[in-house]
Amino acid sequence: MTAEITEGGLDPRTYAELEEIAARYPQKRSGLLPMLHLVQSAEGRVTAAGIEACARILEISAADVSGVATFYTMYKRRPVGDYHVGVCTNTLCAIMGGDAIFERLKDHLDVGNDETTEDGAITLEHIECNAACDYAPMMTVNWEFMDNMTPESAVTLVDDLRSGEKVRSTRGPAICTWREAERVLAGFNDGLADMGPTAGPASLVGLEIARENDWTAPPSDAGGGTADAGGRRGAAQAADTSRAESETEVETSPAGSLHEDAPEAKDADGSKHGEGDA
Amino acid sequence: MTDAEMGTLTPVLTDNWDAPHAWTLAAYEDSGGYGALKTALGMAQGDVVEAVKASGLRGRGGAGFPTGMKWGFLPPDQEGQPARDRYLVVNADESEPGTCKDVPLMMASPHTLVEGVIISSYAIKARHAFIYVRGEVLHVVRRLQNAVREAYESGYLGTDINGSGYDLDVIVHAGAGAYICGEETALLDSLEGRRGQPRLRPPFPAVAGLYASPTVINNVESIASVPSIVANGADWFASMGTEKSKGYGIFSLSGHVKKPGQYEAPLGITLRTLIDLAGGMREGHRLKFWTPGGSSTPILTGEHLDVPLDFEAIGAAGSMLGTRALQIFDDTTCVVRAVLRWTEFYKHESCGKCTPCREGTWWLVQVLAKLEQGQGSEADLELLLDQCDNIMGRSFCALADGAVSPITSSIKYFREEYLAHLEQGGCPFDPVRSTVFEPEGASA
Repeated sequence: MTAEITEGGLDPRTYAELEEIAARYPQKRSGLLPMLHLVQSAEGRVTAAGIEACARILEISAADVSGVATFYTMYKRRPVGDYHVGVCTNTLCAIMGGDAIFERLKDHLDVGNDETTEDGAITLEHIECNAACDYAPMMTVNWEFMDNMTPESAVTLVDDLRSGEKVRSTRGPAICTWREAERVLAGFNDGLADMGPTAGPASLVGLEIARENDWTAPPSDAGGGTADAGGRRGAAQAADTSRAESETEVETSPAGSLHEDAPEAKDADGSKHGEGDA
Repeated sequence: MTDAEMGTLTPVLTDNWDAPHAWTLAAYEDSGGYGALKTALGMAQGDVVEAVKASGLRGRGGAGFPTGMKWGFLPPDQEGQPARDRYLVVNADESEPGTCKDVPLMMASPHTLVEGVIISSYAIKARHAFIYVRGEVLHVVRRLQNAVREAYESGYLGTDINGSGYDLDVIVHAGAGAYICGEETALLDSLEGRRGQPRLRPPFPAVAGLYASPTVINNVESIASVPSIVANGADWFASMGTEKSKGYGIFSLSGHVKKPGQYEAPLGITLRTLIDLAGGMREGHRLKFWTPGGSSTPILTGEHLDVPLDFEAIGAAGSMLGTRALQIFDDTTCVVRAVLRWTEFYKHESCGKCTPCREGTWWLVQVLAKLEQGQGSEADLELLLDQCDNIMGRSFCALADGAVSPITSSIKYFREEYLAHLEQGGCPFDPVRSTVFEPEGASA
């Protein structure tokens, strides 16, 4: 790839932003990972020009930058589609249905792993555990969560993405493009933090049971102290320590009940809070 | 403290997750947030360290090392010498298979972490802190960036925080997809803009960490627990949990239970209690095997349902508490398939630095894949165990040790199932039956 390195192949704004990232850190080389995210945002992949720009700013060799860029799986040397679609096929998600989802999508999109559809819309990749195991089987689109998926809802999802329909993450905003997502990872916030819910349903199951039973942490022993970190609801009435078996029936399996809703969940805001304050 | 005053579940970190807009500074302050910071800034720095030591808090990222002791390893400033730069680095690279507690915490209440970062940095006299968050969780990155910005705007970060004379800068740093960067020294190399490969220790990060300077690296949940300790007292924290495993923790249930999700409870709760709370196993099925703390912790079975989930008891049962990532599999699940997939993961994520791990994980996949297809012979099980023996403990970091855990533990408990693959010339399980969308009636 060294033959492709060009002089100043990046636009001046991107180059200036790369310098801005490097300047955030006590030692500028620490900026390299976010800088490579910005290169992907600007170029659609890690290009030779992007590598050369990083090397020049950080005063290291292009080989050093390339060595880093090839180590991390989020950096792509081939063009990525508008939508990077990830299917978790680590053990838990695979067994819960991730394998079946990935097979269905490969067949439906007619691509293999880490390949892009001919129209340039979708890059499909099987991903490792993405810290959403309580929403298994889970997927990502441009690294936004798509929880509790099925082969059918996955097909609907990619069809909607390809047809340009607005698709909403189950725990986040409407899906932006992959390049826009990479810009956020470079440290340039897009103002969408207030979209989506505080927490998804599975994140709250334990808290809901605690509320129903008036279970709390013990009262604070810092006499009249500051924050009531021991529980906003107070701790005094937590007398009932018996496990209320009847309470465990209040909800059917989130996994079981949510697939049916998945296609509509991306149209309707899953949260009470809406997107008004974005 | 009597048991009557404490619930079976003890929401502290999760307590504000059902509050509207809990991720915003306004909501966090409404629920008492940043009160602990004001308390801490009025304390001597050493007293904050002592409070964390006295609480008994042990690292929530898996290893369980006492947090206060880790802080205490920073070398004291030499008299007559200028103070060396010190750093706090938060390990938010949550990637251990099954682990899903830090991500919902940072999404729902990023200010809990930010407040913990400020108090902890103050305690260890750091002027710079970093939150190294994995890149594959975009909305979490947004919420963290937003929380840090709000904290600057309100004077909780920057210079002269709350008029205390203390200065701190915090950077949210997104990673780029590498499980190994959850290993603390690999994380440091990555944060220095390099390939994320573990370092030989000693020197430990407390002596020579980021930029070869004294550095504390703690997991998200550890740091997020600090404000509650400062606000409520070390004794309050230590009143929960067991003798050597103090406090509360988030237990993440996933897999074949009716209500997978996050359950915050004192350390020492049992899986039996947690599965009861989760509504039981899937209808018509029974527990087959589970991980107590992610895929790197040896699997356990139904005979371990009553083992207290604390560091000591799970260790005595032959596994590790790890990250309390309870992946639960029922009797429809092929253990060989599960273990093969984990092994493929370790092979993919081995950073390549140490030969036993780089080559060994590759060979493990070769042998396991054949066994899963029903090829080979019983002698291959001994070959696998021999390979594991040659990998375990022979690399810089714990990735290789984690890679052999599922294999050795599954052969220990399920040797017959490996043999059944050989006898039947393939997998005896129908993978459809394990899925959440299996056809109605197929579960009988």
